[in-house]
Amino acid sequence: MTQQAIHAGLTQIFRDVLADDAIELRPETTADDVEGWDSASHINILLAAEEQFGIRMSSAEIEKLTSVGALADLIAAKMQAKG
Amino acid sequence: MTSPGLSWLPAPPDDWRDRLEAALAEPDPARAWAGLGALARTNLDFVQTNRVDAGLRKRFPDQPPHLTTRPVRLAVLGSATQSHLFPALRVAALRRGLWLTLHETGYGQYLQELEAPGPELLAFAPDTILIALDAHHLTQGARDFADLAEADAAVDRMAERLEGLWLAAQARFGARVLQQTVLPVFPPLFGSNEHRMPGSRHRFVTRLNARLREGADAAGIDLIAVDDAAARHGIGAWHNPVLWHRAKQEIPPNAAPLYGELVARVVAARQGLTAKCLVFDLDNTLWGGVIGDDGLDGIVVGNGDAQGEAFLAVQLFGLDQAKRGILLAICSKNDPANALAPFESHPEMALKRQDIACFVANWDDKATNLREIARQLNIGLDSLVFVDDNPFERDLVRTELPMVAVPEVPEDPALVPYCLAEAGYFEGVVLTADDRDRTAQYRQNAERDAALAGSTDLESYLRGLQMVLEWSRFDSVNLARVVQLINKTNQFNLTTRRTDEAEIRAVMADPDALGLHLRLRDRFGDNGIIAVVICRLQQTDLVIDTWLMSCRVLKRRVEEATLAVLAAEAARMGARALVGTYRPTPKNGMVCDHYARLGFFAAGGTAADGTTRWRLDLPGPQPSEFPMTIVETTR
Repeated sequence: MTQQAIHAGLTQIFRDVLADDAIELRPETTADDVEGWDSASHINILLAAEEQFGIRMSSAEIEKLTSVGALADLIAAKMQAKG
Repeated sequence: MTSPGLSWLPAPPDDWRDRLEAALAEPDPARAWAGLGALARTNLDFVQTNRVDAGLRKRFPDQPPHLTTRPVRLAVLGSATQSHLFPALRVAALRRGLWLTLHETGYGQYLQELEAPGPELLAFAPDTILIALDAHHLTQGARDFADLAEADAAVDRMAERLEGLWLAAQARFGARVLQQTVLPVFPPLFGSNEHRMPGSRHRFVTRLNARLREGADAAGIDLIAVDDAAARHGIGAWHNPVLWHRAKQEIPPNAAPLYGELVARVVAARQGLTAKCLVFDLDNTLWGGVIGDDGLDGIVVGNGDAQGEAFLAVQLFGLDQAKRGILLAICSKNDPANALAPFESHPEMALKRQDIACFVANWDDKATNLREIARQLNIGLDSLVFVDDNPFERDLVRTELPMVAVPEVPEDPALVPYCLAEAGYFEGVVLTADDRDRTAQYRQNAERDAALAGSTDLESYLRGLQMVLEWSRFDSVNLARVVQLINKTNQFNLTTRRTDEAEIRAVMADPDALGLHLRLRDRFGDNGIIAVVICRLQQTDLVIDTWLMSCRVLKRRVEEATLAVLAAEAARMGARALVGTYRPTPKNGMVCDHYARLGFFAAGGTAADGTTRWRLDLPGPQPSEFPMTIVETTR
């Protein structure tokens, strides 16, 4: 899956979880930039990403995810490892 | 760990976001509600559920005015994080046409809130209280037990503490109590013989859940059996240790849609919103093959054959549901004689003709025939569950009759009973004696209809029925049936006011209130309790708050006889007039002229919502002779 496809998938997840179709993401976007992206919705975003991309993220990995770019990179790496 | 989801519902349409927007933009509240409900009746995942909920809350911050169901005010008293489950609770209620509003008490504040409720909970005034305590919280100290007697005593103490909470919730709020069972989240220490291990939290949870089941029946509360659900789906579907440690979510967000279902089913069942009739297609649904082509010897059903046993298991599921009061019906595109033949002469069939309350086989389309089944049984289309192996027929019925429940049954008949059970259409909370006799009552009705067809005039037919109308003031023995009838009767219901056991008990205790239930027997059998009236004395008027009747006994002059009883009771209480109200709903048009027909006069105009008031000065018109004996029974 391409970076663009992962980015598009994540954008739709953010829009659905936060019920806001105006959300635009950039790799450097963090929780401070998006209204409603708090610890509770963060879990929903990660769970939705796990289900959509068919991957599992560990507790340790989740701790490090502070930006959209970091999340997209982790998803790409996990999907590559899966083959 | 992917959640099993709402597997019996069809997948949401690809354009679900557009449909959500369209429903929210709809100015008419009834159509907006219907649009949202249609989305809720698809297999939404947790993200989709949350999005539908966000729209639902924006469009309907208050109870929609057109709904005839009772709004639900649910307070959740929990020990861990709960709010991530709330959207799915509201959407599961929406799926059943219920508007639900929620209140969450502070994290772990449940004890204080029940002993000394804070102003917020008091102002919220819950009618239902869900006690949802997590396994870690409930098993504190359980790891220290060194012997079994000590461990069991601790289970008993915990069960008694919870029973105390139920009593407090009932006493303080008059609320219906739901207790969530405890999720078995702990890894076993000992293995298959875990029950021999005193310091095992796994064992503690198993035993506590058994105690809760005993206690629940004694206290009259209902359980939300998440432990059973975890046994069906695997604990991995219901508990994610990563999220427990991270956010104290005992049930993860992706299990929320199923969790919402479990809770909403019980809440809806307490309002009588449970399906009443299971309608089966025939060919490749109840047996393998096509009866019209393969003949009696060619269809596959019965023991000794894997496919045949699977179809038999579908029949036995239906038969067992019939035993607890669910009506069975057949809706088949078939020649009627062919369709009947297996029921009458195939030795391996578990279902016989007399188990079927309504049998429709012809070449009309299925939507038309489902309408006919609902008409013949005098129940709403929204009380039907239609099981058909053919996806085309299922789709057609969903399009034509969105209120009929049509599960996405698996192709393999072996899996069909599990799908129907998982769908929870027939969630029950009380089993009344009337439930067990229901199929017989409907069959007797068919015999009455045949007798009517054979008689020349209605009056002589009615006299020939040898009816006995037994009336009584409310008593605790018949309480459950009275509440059930009040909450499920839609058509012959003058005010469609819903209620619960606590309110009925208040009527029984109030000397200025009159609550009557009426039972009708005739030569074909006992119809059970078929009518309920609740009145309150206001000065010299006896005001009729509730008057409803089962449609099974229409056109038998029961209404007039009920009025005669009511007039006599009103006189006894010192009233000089009866005052009645008709509040129109989408379903009760059949009684719009009920009071006019009984000789009441219109009192005042028509209110904005169409409500009319009616008055009858006593003693009122002398009734002609009734074709029945009227007797008072007391307990």
